[in-house]
Amino acid sequence: MAIKKSAVPFAGTAAQEKELVRIIHDIKGEKGSLMRVLQEAQEIYGYLPIEVQSMIARELSIPLEKVYGVVTFYSQFSLNPKGKYKISVCMGTACYVKGAGDILKKLQEKLGIKSNEVTPDGLFSLNDCRCIGACGLAPVIMINDDVYGRLSPSGEELDDILAKYKE
Amino acid sequence: MFRSHVLICGGTGCTSSGCKPVMDAMKSEISKAGLEKEVHVVQTGCFGLCALGPIMIVYPEGSFYSMVKVADVPEIVSEHLLKGRVVERLLYHETVSHEGVKSLNDTGFYKKQLRVALRNCGVINPELIDEYIGTDGYQALGKCLTEMTPEEVIKVVLDSGLRGRGGGGFPTGRKWDLARKLVPDADQKYVCCNADEGDPGAFMDRSVLEGDPHVIIEAMAIAGYAIGANKGYVYVRAEYPIAIKRLDIAIGQARNYGLLGKNIFESGFDFDLEIRLGAGAFVCGEETALMTSIEGNRGEPTPRPPFPAEKGLWRKPTILNNVETYANIPQIILKGADWFSSMGTEKSKGTKVFALGGKINNTGLVEVPMGTTLRDVVYEIGGGIPHGKKFKAAQTGGPSGGCIPTEHLDIPIDYDNLIAIGSMMGSGGLIVMDEDNCMVDIAKFFLEFTVDESCGKCTPCRIGTRRLFEILEKITSGNGTMEDINKLEELCAYICDNSLCGLGQTAPNPVKSTLRYFRDEYIAHVKEKKCPAGVCEDLLTYRIIPDSCKGCTLCARVCPVNAISGDVKAIHVIDPAKCIKCNACVEKCKFNAIIRE
Repeated sequence: MAIKKSAVPFAGTAAQEKELVRIIHDIKGEKGSLMRVLQEAQEIYGYLPIEVQSMIARELSIPLEKVYGVVTFYSQFSLNPKGKYKISVCMGTACYVKGAGDILKKLQEKLGIKSNEVTPDGLFSLNDCRCIGACGLAPVIMINDDVYGRLSPSGEELDDILAKYKE
Repeated sequence: MFRSHVLICGGTGCTSSGCKPVMDAMKSEISKAGLEKEVHVVQTGCFGLCALGPIMIVYPEGSFYSMVKVADVPEIVSEHLLKGRVVERLLYHETVSHEGVKSLNDTGFYKKQLRVALRNCGVINPELIDEYIGTDGYQALGKCLTEMTPEEVIKVVLDSGLRGRGGGGFPTGRKWDLARKLVPDADQKYVCCNADEGDPGAFMDRSVLEGDPHVIIEAMAIAGYAIGANKGYVYVRAEYPIAIKRLDIAIGQARNYGLLGKNIFESGFDFDLEIRLGAGAFVCGEETALMTSIEGNRGEPTPRPPFPAEKGLWRKPTILNNVETYANIPQIILKGADWFSSMGTEKSKGTKVFALGGKINNTGLVEVPMGTTLRDVVYEIGGGIPHGKKFKAAQTGGPSGGCIPTEHLDIPIDYDNLIAIGSMMGSGGLIVMDEDNCMVDIAKFFLEFTVDESCGKCTPCRIGTRRLFEILEKITSGNGTMEDINKLEELCAYICDNSLCGLGQTAPNPVKSTLRYFRDEYIAHVKEKKCPAGVCEDLLTYRIIPDSCKGCTLCARVCPVNAISGDVKAIHVIDPAKCIKCNACVEKCKFNAIIRE
């Protein structure tokens, strides 16, 4: 099985591994626990590199292929590290018809990265996401858990918003 | 007893617009004024009018304050709560008229609504089980367990005419009946709830979970009793943190009260629930895929038959209903099948919740009786299109649905009518588009979504949707031919007929319906190489209107590729060969002198 290694070297700690193993042993007996394990693991590491997938396969006694298959199926799971601030541009229909595509483009220009990439300083990562359900405020972006709505398609608010996270 | 109640919406929309700080400020101002024993602050679920958040309602007056800021709170406390003078400037403008303050139920947004599934949203505190019980909560479960046989429960649901609110519209009672009877000797059965609201632009399931989580627990327990299952799973999108938290709290409270667990109402019936988080895959809204996902696998659909009622989760008989479907169940049990079937049209009973969004004044969540016309929803409830623009189409059913043009505005909305005009009910997303939206671009948008979300298991969907998308790209970039339009049609039919699951079978709908109603737009893209709505970038040209240009040079300075030339106070010109269509000049021009067409 060919797995592309992440460009960023894996920097997991022993404490993180211990935490993961503990959680796995807690929920191992539950039916269909793999998804939950992966969600918990992504909470701990921020992403799911091959090293973490191997640990999970080992602890659950299932083939790595099975783990990799599930990880790559769902968009929530990421093989690459995310930025300190994760910017998600909602591309739900309500946001799209109100200019979310333009906002995404503006952000790509401002950050100098494409979707699903991280800025070289590791500060921001950018991705377009599925509807976050704040359609009443369309178009909307999310930075970590903060939601910014009623943006203008010209993206004039973006500089001020990004500045908040830059210091 | 409190003399006043302050209800503050804590749904996702209002949380995003900052209701939390408003809530905190309200509590601290109230304690400063020494009103803790007189005024009760309640965090509720969604009121529906998300565009105007944060929303606050003060009872007994029923004053509806919209877009409340932290700075407004002291005034509300000192004027309204202390002196009894309503702060008129903060009232939702529709409730203010010459004759004084109108009741919320008389405003355009609420007047035509009928709240059944959403009845508790925005009314009770979703984190307190007692408030749910105070509005007849868990009475229906009690009635089922102590007075009715499972067969009688199924009969009531069947007679009510309730159909699945997740999109397909399958009669709920029939689903339950099959799950009860198909495998009489099953050792285990399951009840599942689909809260993996994947349709972009729909958020009613989230609002129910956030605003009234106990109704889902109660309804699932009733379903469990009816089909003979004692275990349930709620499959929720991981992207809905508030909904997950409230559901989790609610499950804990229900267990404490003995409403989940062993021997509920001392009837001998056991039932418990577990939450499973989805991880962002649209196909998991398909029932077999959702169950595969709960089992911890790649959420790929499986061929039916066998249907889940026979072999579902872990090969055991299983029913899956959507959140909004469940939200109707307890009231159907309490008020009877006749009450429910008195609402709606001949074949679609009850109400439907729509998430109204896009180019419309009152975006938010609305619940109307089946059979309400689209015109009423868009113009009466939705308040029409902003900026005096013209209505072009309403999109229902998300990526599986279609666009409804002006000529069908007066059609009564129900399952069968929508299918007849080439769309579908779907989960209830209703996105309004105006003359500035290009319908070919919208079809492309939905196809990009399905290409991304196709699970890849069957070829017609995996490759077919990709080819559809490529042809649409070709057309929107100005390279399309009339032959391509024919190919689109042929391919649509092929994908519909041959795909394994609902995702593939309905994926071509956005293309089919836009071709049906907006063929001229496709032809304009192909023959004239023009995008009539001015959206498709490759087909646009930028031009300066000589009469409007004041020669301020701003556009020339902002142009990143020096495509604009002209002297100070002289008319400027854009060189189309250099222009990269970045739109920077249009945004900067103060005289609206630059047009794109």
